[in-house]
Amino acid sequence: MFSRKRWKEAGTAYTLLSPTLFVLLLFVIGPILFAIYLSFHKVQLLGGASFQFVGFDNFTRILDDTRAKIALWNTAKYVAIVVPTQTMLALVLAATLNAGLKGEKFFRIVYFLPTLTSSAVLTLIFMWMYNQNGLVNHVLAFFGLPTYNWLGDPSVALNAIMIMNIWSTAPFFMVIYLAALQDIPDSLYEAAELDGANAWHKFWYVTVPYLRPVTSFVVIMGLIGTFQLFDQSYIFSGGSGGPNNATLTVVLLIYQYAFKSLGTMGYAAALAFALAIVILLATWLQRKFSKEESLY
Amino acid sequence: MRIGKALLYTILVLYAIVTMIPFLWALSSSFKTLEEIVSGSIRFIPENFTLDNYKQIFIEQELFPRWFMNSVIIAVTVTILNLMFNSMAGYALARLHFRGKQTIFMIILAVLMIPAQVTMIPNYLILKQLGWLNSYQGMIVPAMINATFIFMMRQFFINFPKELEEAAALDGLSRIGTFFRIVLPLARPALAAQAIFVFMGSWNDFMRPLIILSDPNLFTLPLGLNSFKGQYISYWNYIMAASMVFTMPVLLIYAFFNRYFIKGISFTGGK
Repeated sequence: MFSRKRWKEAGTAYTLLSPTLFVLLLFVIGPILFAIYLSFHKVQLLGGASFQFVGFDNFTRILDDTRAKIALWNTAKYVAIVVPTQTMLALVLAATLNAGLKGEKFFRIVYFLPTLTSSAVLTLIFMWMYNQNGLVNHVLAFFGLPTYNWLGDPSVALNAIMIMNIWSTAPFFMVIYLAALQDIPDSLYEAAELDGANAWHKFWYVTVPYLRPVTSFVVIMGLIGTFQLFDQSYIFSGGSGGPNNATLTVVLLIYQYAFKSLGTMGYAAALAFALAIVILLATWLQRKFSKEESLY
Repeated sequence: MRIGKALLYTILVLYAIVTMIPFLWALSSSFKTLEEIVSGSIRFIPENFTLDNYKQIFIEQELFPRWFMNSVIIAVTVTILNLMFNSMAGYALARLHFRGKQTIFMIILAVLMIPAQVTMIPNYLILKQLGWLNSYQGMIVPAMINATFIFMMRQFFINFPKELEEAAALDGLSRIGTFFRIVLPLARPALAAQAIFVFMGSWNDFMRPLIILSDPNLFTLPLGLNSFKGQYISYWNYIMAASMVFTMPVLLIYAFFNRYFIKGISFTGGK
């Protein structure tokens, strides 16, 4: 059984895998175990690091933490609005682009620009547009709509980030839809036409059901991405999550507890696990309800 | 039918405008004087067109070239290492038979599910222990493989024609020799797509450098921009000029390689 050839092949395989295994052990699996350890300890980082076992304190503390509740509420609101909106927008744009019009390529290149630009640059551009005396308010005023203090008013600050991120992520998912749309056999549409279907019927009864597995993938990617909102909130609020905690997200809170206040690193690790569980639950529920086999 | 077409074009054009306006606005602001910025004018053509902002940002913040270099060094190294290591791992998982293969593959799939926030805190402590905070290697080594692309390369190599490797083996090439001389050069389309995404991910990354780098000399561009914004908060003409300078390299890459972007996305889209 243990022929030389098999040993040699295993040796080759492990040689090829060695960089991957090294990083996985040192920066993924090790850290996960370390994170479990941290979440049951109070961590002090003065000089060296000291760890004091505190049992489940870090987890029960989440329930009494008002800022954690605000962060969770903000994140949930953000996910609930951004994921469906960007998915629908992506689908509509993809279907429009796929209609066989001239200039498809040009529009595709233009639409893709936000995906390329770094979150830091996009956030700065939008902060400038959201300025009280800025472009967005001028446009709103021009159409006779109410204007807002987008950056300073707690009731709209999170909406400002939502609008920006729907704008910047929808095109990415549009490209995924576009690739799938090109695989739909023409015969399906021809059959629908014979049955007297108009353009809307074809979209609703042929395109949308055919794209179900892709939609499932897009929604899961969207869930994972939106639950982890950080860069935009951080840059928008200068790291504080303000005004009045309006842009405080779970990941921003984890960052603050881990790196910006003393003695709360263990608590931050517990929060990170709570977030991981929420994300896993959300994607699991999504899969269960979409009733499609996963793409992975 | 003609009304339908007009409607579709209207949607396309409107959305193209919505996409372009923030960029055009940023570009136009970068050529405006501070007075025009402060006045709240909404003209897209600057009243007094000026290139001063582009000169001034490099005088006000002499670290900009440094940040640019840091971003280039980190992103290029991370990209090259990812291309090598992800392909090597993907090939081993697709083509070789060995004990522990299933376990390793399952671990890589599981890693895809774990949010970065869980490992971010322990990673900070590990890097601190290694003395790698504020260093290039602290940014590069943890990022030199990527589970998504290992998975993608595995799918690619599974569909790769076996005959080529068999011919190479007959010619006396070793398995590793075959991989580097025969297989890898033929994987170019998959590698191109991967290179673009890894590069962009590293170039645009904000959170990891924020945690790992605190020395302004080692900042990457997104971090540098953020700190520049903190110092010059009402000088939007400077901030926009800086934003434009650092968006250009990516736009140039895109202009030349945009077909690979689309291909790459459809690749990650489970195809």
